[in-house]
Amino acid sequence: MQTQIGAPKQKLSFSDPKVRAWLFQIITIVAVVSLGWYLFHNTQTNMQHRGITSGFDFLERSAGFGIAQHLIDYTESDSYARVFVIGLLNTLLVSVIGVVLATLLGFIIGVARLSPNWMINKLATVYVEVFRNIPPLLQILFWYFAVFLTMPLPRNSHNVGDTFFMSSRGLNMPAALASEGFWPFVASVVVAIVAVVLMTRWANKRFEATGVPFHKFWAGLALLIVIPALCTLVFGAPLHWEMPRLAGFNFVGGWVLIPELLALTLALTVYTAAFIAEIVRSGIQSVSHGQTEAAHSLGMRPGPTLRKVIIPQALRVIIPPLTSQYLNLAKNSSLAAGIGYPEMVSLFAGTVLNQTGQAIEVIAITMSVYLAISISISLLMNWYNKRIALIER
Amino acid sequence: MSTHTFKPDMPPPGKVFGPMAWVRANLFSSWLNTLLTLLAFYLVYLVVPPILQWAILDANWVGTTRADCTKEGACWVFIQQRFGQFMYGYYPSDLRWRVDLTVWLAIVGAAPLFISRLQRKAVYGLGFLVVYPIVAFFLLHGGVFGLTNVATSQWGGLMLTLVIATVGIAGALPLGIMLALGRRSNMPAIRVICVTFIEFWRGVPLITVLFMASVMLPLFLPEGMSFDKLLRALIGVILFQSAYVAEVVRGGLQAIPKGQYEAAAAMGLGYWRSMGLVILPQALKLVIPGIVNTFIALFKDTSLVIIIGLFDLLNSVKQAAADPKWLGMATEGYVFAALVFWIFCFGMSRYSIHLERKLDTGHKR
Repeated sequence: MQTQIGAPKQKLSFSDPKVRAWLFQIITIVAVVSLGWYLFHNTQTNMQHRGITSGFDFLERSAGFGIAQHLIDYTESDSYARVFVIGLLNTLLVSVIGVVLATLLGFIIGVARLSPNWMINKLATVYVEVFRNIPPLLQILFWYFAVFLTMPLPRNSHNVGDTFFMSSRGLNMPAALASEGFWPFVASVVVAIVAVVLMTRWANKRFEATGVPFHKFWAGLALLIVIPALCTLVFGAPLHWEMPRLAGFNFVGGWVLIPELLALTLALTVYTAAFIAEIVRSGIQSVSHGQTEAAHSLGMRPGPTLRKVIIPQALRVIIPPLTSQYLNLAKNSSLAAGIGYPEMVSLFAGTVLNQTGQAIEVIAITMSVYLAISISISLLMNWYNKRIALIER
Repeated sequence: MSTHTFKPDMPPPGKVFGPMAWVRANLFSSWLNTLLTLLAFYLVYLVVPPILQWAILDANWVGTTRADCTKEGACWVFIQQRFGQFMYGYYPSDLRWRVDLTVWLAIVGAAPLFISRLQRKAVYGLGFLVVYPIVAFFLLHGGVFGLTNVATSQWGGLMLTLVIATVGIAGALPLGIMLALGRRSNMPAIRVICVTFIEFWRGVPLITVLFMASVMLPLFLPEGMSFDKLLRALIGVILFQSAYVAEVVRGGLQAIPKGQYEAAAAMGLGYWRSMGLVILPQALKLVIPGIVNTFIALFKDTSLVIIIGLFDLLNSVKQAAADPKWLGMATEGYVFAALVFWIFCFGMSRYSIHLERKLDTGHKR
């Protein structure tokens, strides 16, 4: 008797996990698509009933309102598209300033939390515990309504050396304007940077070949100072300063940082720095003490030990959570809506939405801007993280 | 044989032990440290005395109107007069006992969960989680059993903050767990849907979500169907928060060794039973501190409902500070709100640290 040996004929049965998986996925996709279609359908009918026309034509129309701070030229007759660009630039401005300042402050406080000095240590701890447990919006409102708006009027403003004036209208400071030496100066800076890069490459190559170290930092600094300085001597100063002066009830001339911007950046910096400090502290603590001892026993001095042994290893732990803090800061800049700083949310999703009534388009644009910012920051930081990650053998 | 007598012990050297030695070692061990210490003391001197002076020494504690604030410092009379509004919003004052009762029920009901010797805590906890929200809803909202109806537009103050935060996390937990499971699923379609969902909500700020919930949600719904403002905000908060909870839970799922999954499969458990009986109990226990941390973040984020015009604690303060009768009280109001938020957040973060220590069974990989 011969028996049939081989795979039994495949039957479609619910007890087969593969079949079940397919079934589940098909059901899910159908459910998601129909939900999406249902929402879309509802939206269409609702918009027809309310007489809202969809589309992005509204971006061409004239906005007709003033904006307190615009980095590019703007008049009330400009289009909504230009308003969008201004909002985006203002968001980016706050995010960039906030990231830089919060990183600096956060690193200082993070290191201070590890200080053997009891006072410094406790001060840093108090800072972290106080500021990270208060909502950022509350901090923004506090700085804005309780600090910057209660500053004296321009006439009695706090005056620092007749150059900086702090009043309820903001911080007035001298404006840097380009003079004839400006472009040569820019060119000389570019030349200096190229020179530093070349010098570093040469020094690294020589160090690898011969083991003779080279003072890269000091030489680089010298190059960066000497070349532009020479250029300034030849072509004249790159900038001249325009001083703010009091005329009537307000200042004219110079640059002004509006109180909304000051309150927002200050609050975001202080809030995010508390989180960054904790990240830095845990990052440095994650490098075992044996590493320091090993470096010392090799004869490295404390400075190079920190730079070449501790920090590179700590950075690997610090970078991923630091990225998410940067993302949080960029997203938290939208809290400006609470004090009316003209950025994406308050300007575009607030004023423009109210004026045009194009809810779907405006919210969609706003959300995609934030998604784009989030994705680009994470891509950038992932690239950096990959570069410094440990290559395990 | 003569007995040897020891000489009495020398007193400890003052340079190694004692307060002076501690000060030397911790504050003045080198010239740099000395400089830093002096700088720190100067900073404290700059900041602390003026704050004490303003908040306590020169503060006005008694009175009923603004005119009673005659001294230089803070006018705490403002907080006393508006305390009811800060806690309950516009909830009718003769019905505020219902809010108090809801809070007491929560405290009394949840207390057994913190008694470590109690048996069957999970069953009790689940029962509490199912029963309490229903009771709380009817108590706060009224409209049945002879309780007067209080519309959600009258809710406000700290009470509204707590409602949004607790409903937000309670709604986000189950959704987040499902999303985390979906993200680790073997089925590509489910995985893609979950990843897209999670990354979308994590990429946008909560403010835009609230904006969307308040202006776009009405457009999404069929004609004639509409939610009140609070419910719309809650939906936005739950969707947003679930993405964060999902990422925390995913961390827990990844921390469970593969052997546990294989062991569950070897016992013949299917997907849901192996998840429900083996993996999730361990993973959720691992991520309780993480979930408490997301709850803290959510608690702070509830202040954003100010943007869509709900009167939570922060907005009540802002509103009260804009009252012409109490102009110039912004600082007192914000300091009070900050103190309340701080007490809640700091307390929870301490609790999270305590949990982390308590739940650490030494099985971490």
